[in-house]
Amino acid sequence: MSTTNTTAADPRSRGKAPAGERVADWADGRLGIYSLAKANMRKIFPDHWSFMLGEICMYSFIIIILTGVYLTLFFHPSMNEVEYHGVYEPLQGQLMSEAFKSTLDISFEVRGGLLIRQIHHWAALIFLAGMFVHMMRVFFTGAFRKPREINWLFGFLLFALGMFTGFTGYSLPDDLLSGTGVRFTQGAILSVPIVGTYISMFLFGGEFPGDDFVARFYSIHILLLPGIMLGLMVAHLILVFYHKHTQYAGPGKTNNNVVGMPLLPVYMAKAGGFFFLVFGVIAAIAAIATINPIWALGPYRPDQVSTNAQPDWYMGFAEGLVRAMPGWEINFWGHTLVLGVFIPLVLFGLVLAIIALYPFIESWITGDKREHHILDRPRNAPTRTAFGVAWVSWYMVGLIGGGNDLIATHFHMSINAVTWFVRIGFFAVPVVAFVITKRICLGLQRRDREKVLHGRETGIIKRLPHGEFIEVHEPLSQEQLYTLTAHEQYRPAEIGPATDENGVERKVSPVEKLRVKLSKRYYGEDSQIAKPTVEEYKEITSGHGHH
Amino acid sequence: MSSQDIPEENLPAAQGQAHGAVDVADEKNPFADPGLPPHEHRIQDIDERAAKRSERTVALLFTLSMLATVGFIVAYLTIPVDKIVYVWTLGHISALNLALGGTLGVALFCIGAGAVHWARTLMSDVEVADERHPIEASPEVKAKVMADFRAGAKESQLGRRSLIRNTMFGALALVPLSGVFLLGGLGPAPGTKLRHTAWKKGELLINQNTNEPMRPSDIAVGSLTFAQPEGLDKHEHGYMNEIAKAALMIVRLHPNDIKDKRELEWSHEGIVAYSKICTHVGCPISLYEQQTHHVLCPCHQSTFDLSDGARVIFGPAGHALPQLRIGVNDEGYLEALGDFEEPVGPAFWERG
Amino acid sequence: MKKLSARRRHPLAAIVVLLIALAATGGLYAVFAPAEKAQADDTAQSLAIEEGQKLYAVGCASCHGTGGQGTSDGPSLVGVGAASVDFQVGTGRMPAQQPGAQIPRKKVIYTQAQIDQLAAYVASLGAGPEIPTKEQYDPAGADSAAGGELFRTNCAQCHNFTGKGGALTKGKYAPTLEDVDPKHIYEAMQTGPQNMPSFPDTTLSEKNKKDIIAYLDAVNSDDTVSHGGMELGGFGPVAEGLFAWVFGLGALIAVAVWVAARTAKAKKS
Repeated sequence: MSTTNTTAADPRSRGKAPAGERVADWADGRLGIYSLAKANMRKIFPDHWSFMLGEICMYSFIIIILTGVYLTLFFHPSMNEVEYHGVYEPLQGQLMSEAFKSTLDISFEVRGGLLIRQIHHWAALIFLAGMFVHMMRVFFTGAFRKPREINWLFGFLLFALGMFTGFTGYSLPDDLLSGTGVRFTQGAILSVPIVGTYISMFLFGGEFPGDDFVARFYSIHILLLPGIMLGLMVAHLILVFYHKHTQYAGPGKTNNNVVGMPLLPVYMAKAGGFFFLVFGVIAAIAAIATINPIWALGPYRPDQVSTNAQPDWYMGFAEGLVRAMPGWEINFWGHTLVLGVFIPLVLFGLVLAIIALYPFIESWITGDKREHHILDRPRNAPTRTAFGVAWVSWYMVGLIGGGNDLIATHFHMSINAVTWFVRIGFFAVPVVAFVITKRICLGLQRRDREKVLHGRETGIIKRLPHGEFIEVHEPLSQEQLYTLTAHEQYRPAEIGPATDENGVERKVSPVEKLRVKLSKRYYGEDSQIAKPTVEEYKEITSGHGHH
Repeated sequence: MSSQDIPEENLPAAQGQAHGAVDVADEKNPFADPGLPPHEHRIQDIDERAAKRSERTVALLFTLSMLATVGFIVAYLTIPVDKIVYVWTLGHISALNLALGGTLGVALFCIGAGAVHWARTLMSDVEVADERHPIEASPEVKAKVMADFRAGAKESQLGRRSLIRNTMFGALALVPLSGVFLLGGLGPAPGTKLRHTAWKKGELLINQNTNEPMRPSDIAVGSLTFAQPEGLDKHEHGYMNEIAKAALMIVRLHPNDIKDKRELEWSHEGIVAYSKICTHVGCPISLYEQQTHHVLCPCHQSTFDLSDGARVIFGPAGHALPQLRIGVNDEGYLEALGDFEEPVGPAFWERG
Repeated sequence: MKKLSARRRHPLAAIVVLLIALAATGGLYAVFAPAEKAQADDTAQSLAIEEGQKLYAVGCASCHGTGGQGTSDGPSLVGVGAASVDFQVGTGRMPAQQPGAQIPRKKVIYTQAQIDQLAAYVASLGAGPEIPTKEQYDPAGADSAAGGELFRTNCAQCHNFTGKGGALTKGKYAPTLEDVDPKHIYEAMQTGPQNMPSFPDTTLSEKNKKDIIAYLDAVNSDDTVSHGGMELGGFGPVAEGLFAWVFGLGALIAVAVWVAARTAKAKKS
């Protein structure tokens, strides 16, 4: 071969790198991909099913985007009134908006359109449900602690924006059900003091329903909110990579390492495969179960309504608050304060804000500034766990309120009774849930302690020579002993002496007093069972002859 | 409160223990970390036949996926979009939807299942540990950054030249106002739009079912009828906005059953006309129970008593449904004697 | 046969036999004496009323009073009309079993012939809506789309978009309209049973009613098409949400457990 032929394309002849490598070289010269891959290609991820909940969310979000783009090809976001002359007989000749008509056409005339619509909607319900469960997993295992507080907030924002993206999407077909939901939103906006009427007029381009809201909701639904969410999701993922994943306590797992299997190849296959699994399951659901059959609901008219007027599940909590609220209205100086609607509106935000801000409250109480990468078992943080369960039960009471009519008809109860249950339950259920959960956690802690000190109950009954029956306890392996005692226990904060070392009275701010009080509630004697110490263990194992 | 003064003793001492390298379990500390357990082989790692079986399973799943995709294409090309089939437990459903969804689901699921089975049985399952490094920068790095920042800030002279600083902040604070004003074009000011409806004196009550005006004799005790003003036509633009306020619900009670004096006065021979729009958030309320004279809202269960001025007896609505004063014109047809005297629908700040 | 012989001893059996005999006699009479048809009808009518009165005395009088004037246990039946009786008894609501928020639909215990006699008797107490004829309620040829609009204006608020039923105040409910005879739907609109308001012909014309029945026939019958798959009860987002959580997220979590689970080891340590 001639040495002058430097442009030769034949890689073998000159011992050149294979094509893939050359492409990678080219990209590295421009993007620096090798440095990126060095840190990430063999990045370690721990294996646990609960770590895949976030993936369910991410994948359903991607599915929603893919199917959503397809739907925009056929959907007309217009409120122009047209007469229907399509294939669906029970709507022949009916007046409807173009938005409604084009949704009917997607369902009945576009081949596969119905499937994509159903995948889109089912994926949306699952996306929100997935985010809820993912958020609870992070909460109950304490994964929100430093350094992950900001990522917790990103996740929370994704959940909150997901609700509104879902709501605007649900409103687009302009059917009788969603139109009723939009009407409700408009009524709720009107209840906002001082600016309510203006916001309503600006949002709807005048009076309700007007000609504009479908087009406006459309750009919010397909552009504004998903755009923000996509950005947040990318940031969320970057932080997950940057922080490295948390892990459960276990042999070999410390706060300074992460134990698992490498991204390439295991997680490439598992996580990549999981995308297809999620998509496959959702496609199968969309094949067999109908969702939002707008043809059965009919086109929206502000003077028509149907019973079973509910929003999608993620708004059910707000719906329940609205349904259970007494009709308070205050008139003064020519103005009306519509508390019956405004209070639930504020409560809706407040209840969500409480869970969003919790990590900051907890870190303030503990005063702990260290990084935490080992997850808590929920039982080992009884107050936090009890708080979380109370919050979930609160949310569930709201959901029950949102479906009160169906609960009444299906369980043969009075709708008024169900509503009263929600009114009382809103205050009582979280308290009861808190107390019970805390007790259960302490009970489980006691059991762990017993297991560490006395071993595992084997179920084998032995009769001693003098006739006594005992159950044989088998001592735990060292792996088990470590796992059960690996958690940390905080000591409650103290106010400290009333005077400093010079005998001058110390000033303790009321905020600090509150912190100490809360700390005692969190980590006092009644709130955690001291984990066994080495001395206790040794005393028992040496003192007793039998196990 | 600053958290610097939190006494160290409140923090658990355990973390230091968890930091270091793996402790060897000994008499001293039975709870010490025994370290990663030794790797155990899977059947596939030691038995090539089992590994082959796994390989075949993965290949089978990928093949199934290919077949399903072919099925999808065939279904797309051959099944008519309006073909209906009966499937047990699913009912009468679209054949195309079931076929496309089913094949797509299988095609996707099999790719995923194949990949995961491959990862689980054939790829290495040796667990490895990655070290974590603290996220916070070292003091040296921090000092360097702070010094750079101070240098940069000083060079900008922003702190020294307050005139520049103040005018810049002023300009930046004002410029978003343009955007706020641009939003003003989104809609008109409320004005008195929420206070008026299409009803006025002499407007005939048109039955929405028959599109005819009504005589009192048409309306039986215990019946329920919905009416709109004569001038409204659903084919005309603007109908939606008008009917959203003007929708009317007509029932007839025995005059003796009417407890509210004004209600009786505004009725005609026991025929009363109330706004159909709930005063809570505006759902068309109309679940009328003819024996109790209660009307319930399907959205949030506000309940009104139509025999007592439509006052609220349950639920979240804050005030009674507005009543329309009705009478009979010269030809014997029911007509409105004016607009509603108060705004219909949900309450708002300016309602008073 | 066994069924028939068991029913021979039923207290009402004699009446049924009598009725059949009477009907046969009447029929024969009508055939052989066409000139006197009108008079014969009158006779048949009065016979039916008489039989109806007997049935009424046994099954209804304890609550509605011996002359249908009503008691504290049941409303007056004067003027409710034959349609009302045909609906209430024909759907099994009457005779009522126990007091409650609402009298539920249940097994019908009278034959159609007996129901007609009861209806004839009650109709004789005071004028009211008559039992509709087949032409009136037969949905064939009616406009289901117009019926849909009427349904959403007049009916859906209680009975749901496609007539799946819904809740009313204090334990009352609007029943599902699934498997309800078109005749009974017509009669319910006509008479307004229990707490349902009535929709007389003067405000909801005969054609309107027929359209509504045609709509229900299209969207709520055994062969209604649910294009997208399982209907999930037709109750809207609550049922859909429950399905998404239980079957959607449930299935995905089950899959996640499989993906993350340890592969079986060659030998147990």
